[in-house]
Parts: sequence; C-alpha cells; structure tokens
Amino acid sequence: MNIHLQLDMARADFDVSVDVQLPAHGITVIFGTSGCGKTTLLRCVAGLEPSARGVVQLGHEVWQDDAQAVRLPAHQRALGYVFQEASLFDHLDVAGNLAYGHTRAEKQSRNAMSQAVVQQTIELLGIGHLLKRRSHELSGGERQRVAIARALVTQPRLLLLDEPLAALDHARKQEVLPWLEKLRDDLNIPMLYVTHAVDEVARLADTLVVMNEGRVQANGPVAEVLTQANLPVVVGDDAGALLTGVVLNIDTQWHLAQIGFAGGVLWVRDSGLVVGQTVRLRVLARDVSVTLHEATHTSIQNHVPCVVDAITQDAHPSQVLLRLRCGDTVLLARVTARGVHDLGLQVGMPAWAQVKSVALVK
Amino acid sequence: MHLSVEDFQAIALTLQLASVTTVLLLLLATPVAWWLAHTHSAWRTPVASLVALPLVLPPTVLGFYLLVALGPNGPIGQFTQWAGWGTLAFSFWGLVLGSVVYSLPFAVQPLVNAFEAMGSRPMEVAATLRASKWDAFFTVAVPLAKPGFVMAAMLSFAHTVGEFGVVLMIGGNIPDKTRVVSTQIYGHVEAMAYSQAHGLAGVMLVFSFVVLLGLSWFNRSAQQRKKVSA
Repeated sequence: MNIHLQLDMARADFDVSVDVQLPAHGITVIFGTSGCGKTTLLRCVAGLEPSARGVVQLGHEVWQDDAQAVRLPAHQRALGYVFQEASLFDHLDVAGNLAYGHTRAEKQSRNAMSQAVVQQTIELLGIGHLLKRRSHELSGGERQRVAIARALVTQPRLLLLDEPLAALDHARKQEVLPWLEKLRDDLNIPMLYVTHAVDEVARLADTLVVMNEGRVQANGPVAEVLTQANLPVVVGDDAGALLTGVVLNIDTQWHLAQIGFAGGVLWVRDSGLVVGQTVRLRVLARDVSVTLHEATHTSIQNHVPCVVDAITQDAHPSQVLLRLRCGDTVLLARVTARGVHDLGLQVGMPAWAQVKSVALVK
Repeated sequence: MHLSVEDFQAIALTLQLASVTTVLLLLLATPVAWWLAHTHSAWRTPVASLVALPLVLPPTVLGFYLLVALGPNGPIGQFTQWAGWGTLAFSFWGLVLGSVVYSLPFAVQPLVNAFEAMGSRPMEVAATLRASKWDAFFTVAVPLAKPGFVMAAMLSFAHTVGEFGVVLMIGGNIPDKTRVVSTQIYGHVEAMAYSQAHGLAGVMLVFSFVVLLGLSWFNRSAQQRKKVSA
C-alpha cells in the first residue's frame, strides 16, 4: 500500500508542486530549509489549504482528487495532526482534550472505539498523571506529548507531524524523541514528519523526502537519500551517511562496541550496548578520510575497505565530497580537492575509508 | 431620596430594553464579528466603518434617520405595516431596534478582538480532530472567546441603559411605554423636580460605576489567566 500525493498550490513566493509515492508504513521525514514549502505540503494533505489542487490518496482511500471532484473536508479525513506548537485547547483539561477527538472520531466511524485505545495511548505516551491538568500547567515537552496522544486517540490512518520538536529546547527535545521512536516501533500508523533538523532525520526517518522551493529534490529510503552526492549541499556541515548495524562484540577492557553493518565493521564507544542489538550509526562526511592502503601507524581505529563511487564538487572549491561504496553501504567523505589530486583518486578505484568518529543515534 | 411609581416603571422598562437589546445584539454581532475577524474581502474596511458609525454619529442624527425609516413612509415602516405590525416608531420595539443599531459597535468590537486573538489555529486543530465548522465554532471558538462575549454583553447592556438621544427621537418619552431612566431624568429636570432627578441620577451613577468596576475586574482576571498560560 502506498500514499500518493500529487499536489499543486500557488504561493506568493513560489508554487508548491509535488508528485510522490510514499510507503504507507514507518516515518517519512519531509526535510528542507525553512520556507521550502514542507509545512504547506502537510497542510494540503490535511485539507487545511482550500486552494490546493491534486490528489491525496491512502491506498484505495481517496481523500482528494480534484479531477474527479472528490474533496473531503479536513474533519472527514482520518488523520492526526500535531502542530509545531502543541495548540491544546485552553478551555479543556488534558482528559478533555483527548476526549474531544476521540468521541468525534467514534461518532464518525459509526462503531464503538474501545476506551482501551485511550488508555493504551495514555500509557504509551506516559501522560497518565497529567489528565486533570490544564495546558498552562504542563511543560513544553508534556504539552507536545499530550498533543500527540490527542491526535492518536482518533485512531488516524495517517499521522502528520509538523516540526513537533522545533519549539522545544534541547532537553525537552531529548525528552520527547524517545516517545516518537516508540510510536514508530509500536504502532502501525504511517507518519509524515516535517523537520529541518538533521538529527531528527537520522534518528527517526525510514524514508526521506528532501524539498526545496516547493519541489521534491529526492525521495527514497533514508540511507540512500542521505548519501546522494548531489544533495549534501542541502545538509551542509551535517552531510554524512546513516548506517544500520548490529552489535557483534563488546570490548570491556577499552569500553568499545563492535558494530557489524552491510559492508564492514566499526568500533564505537560502548554506551551500555547489548550484543545482538540493532543500532543506527551516523558517520559524518567530515569525519571520514581516505587512504590508498590500509594505514597501520594511526590512532584511528576504524578502517573500512571501499570503492570510490563518485567524486563531486562541494560547496567550497577547496573541498570535494567522495561517495564511497563499502559492500552494500555508502559512506561520504569530505576531503580537500588537493588531497584527491595527490592520491590520484578516481571513480572505481579501491581505497580505505578511515573513520575518525561515529555517532550512535539510538 | 424617594423614587415615584413612574421612576420605578422607567427603571423596569430600561432594564427590559437593555436585556432584550443585549440578547439580540449578541446574536447579530457574533456572525458580523466572525466575518470581520476572518475575511480578506475588500468589503471588510467599509463594513467595519459602517458598524463603527454609531460611535461618532450624533444620536439625534441616528434617531432622525431611524424615525424616518420606521415611519409610515419609510422602508422599515412599510415592511412592518405590510407584515401587520403597524409602525414601530414610538413603541418599545422601535426602541429595541434603535438600541441595537446604536450599541452595535460595542458588541462587535470586543468580539472581533477576541476572535482575532484566538487566531485560526484552534479551528484548524478542531478540524483535524474531526469537528465540523459549526461543531468547532460552538465547542472551541465560543468557549475560547468567552471573555469577549462577556465584555460585549456588559458593554451593550450598559450602553443601552445610558442612551438618551436616540430614545428621545424615536421613543417620544411615552410613560410606561418608551420612557426610560434617562428620559425620565430629563423630564424631572424640565419640571424643576430636582430632588426626584437626584434620586434617579444617583441610581444611574452607582449602576454605571459598578459596571465599569466589574469590567475592569473581569479584564484583570482574564489577563492574569492569560499570563499564567503563556
């Protein structure tokens, strides 16, 4: 099953024009700089933009198809929407906020939704102790968790999240992120998640859509899109690869964990990992350098054999971005153009990627 | 201080007029204010000015036009005669109509402010929670704009109690029919009955002060609530 979005909307600065097929499972992150039209796209999907034209289709369920004169108003689309600011209703307490959508969704679907859904959602987001409070008695992080719960108890077929962490400080972000991961892992609801924060992409995305000036620049599995050499300019300093691996070994003497991924192994700091655990690793392009032979006299622990897959000019003329293929995995390396020239690196040449630092994103 | 039977009649009529006017005004002003707060239409400014006109127009001018319109040859008068109600000039319902027009800006403005302060987000949130527009209006917009409604009601009521010029022009100061407190005071003064004028004027003074005191208390507590939630 797929989500098909084909939407056009005129704006004062530029037109948003999108035609994508997205998987109807996991988190699809819509990524782009502020003002690139990603929030507008989300609002179009929800039916909050009256002037948007096109198709919004979830599997066989058509929410909008202007060519067929089909257009459900926002309140008849089985979706949940989490806004950037929690936007809880001030005149209701937390329980009242949850009940607002739940009772209406129940009426609309014409069958009794179990109260258990509410109870499960309250537990899932850990808000049981907040039910009698008003919005102004909650912290920013708690408010956002209640807003997510409020959207979930309508049992949506699609959850839309518009930068749900952007209004929170770092500590609050870290408080809410694990809950979002839990949603992804525990619930079977596809999510469209708008953000301009790369760390949220690394941590949450299964599928990544990169937008710029109202158009989709790239769309696909997150690990693939992040290493498309024409895109890292968008990502700037944070350009890098995202790897999924399994903990193979723990070196208790040196507090290191060995992670195996499709293409090699990497040692990372052991932060209480368990053998067999699946982890996501982020390897930034600026932390990767290249040697022609495996270096032996170096403090760098991680050497991965690879093949140069592409060489692209980077934002600054002194630098190039190398795409390195290690088995089924792609790494990016940001190196100087002179370095590439001196080594005589060319596409198709075997080399070694030296990885200075690896971040565990989960 | 001694109030006569006529004075009490005037007070009762005034309260009746202000109550009916307030209810009708809230019903009329709510859609007008909602439209003014949300529209991007080019008609917004002209309509807003029209609604605010009673603020600056001398009550006698307003009363004069209403009198002409309500009279047997005026458009409203012709309609009411056709409907079998006779003419409304010099009647209680004529006063109600005049008061509604005269106090309209006092009902509309607080509501516009409340709806604008609320913004469009709560209605959008309600839509994503499966509420239709009407449902969302009554279950989200009205409760959130409650301070605006309270303010509009209090101002409409107090302003109607205090009106004089319009009432005199279209009411004609008929005892027990169109004679309200303000015209009764005028009558007392004309008749040199100063002690009676004192009595009624005192009542009006206390009433107005209490309303203003209540309004500012209400405003302060509403603002404090807002501060806490911010």
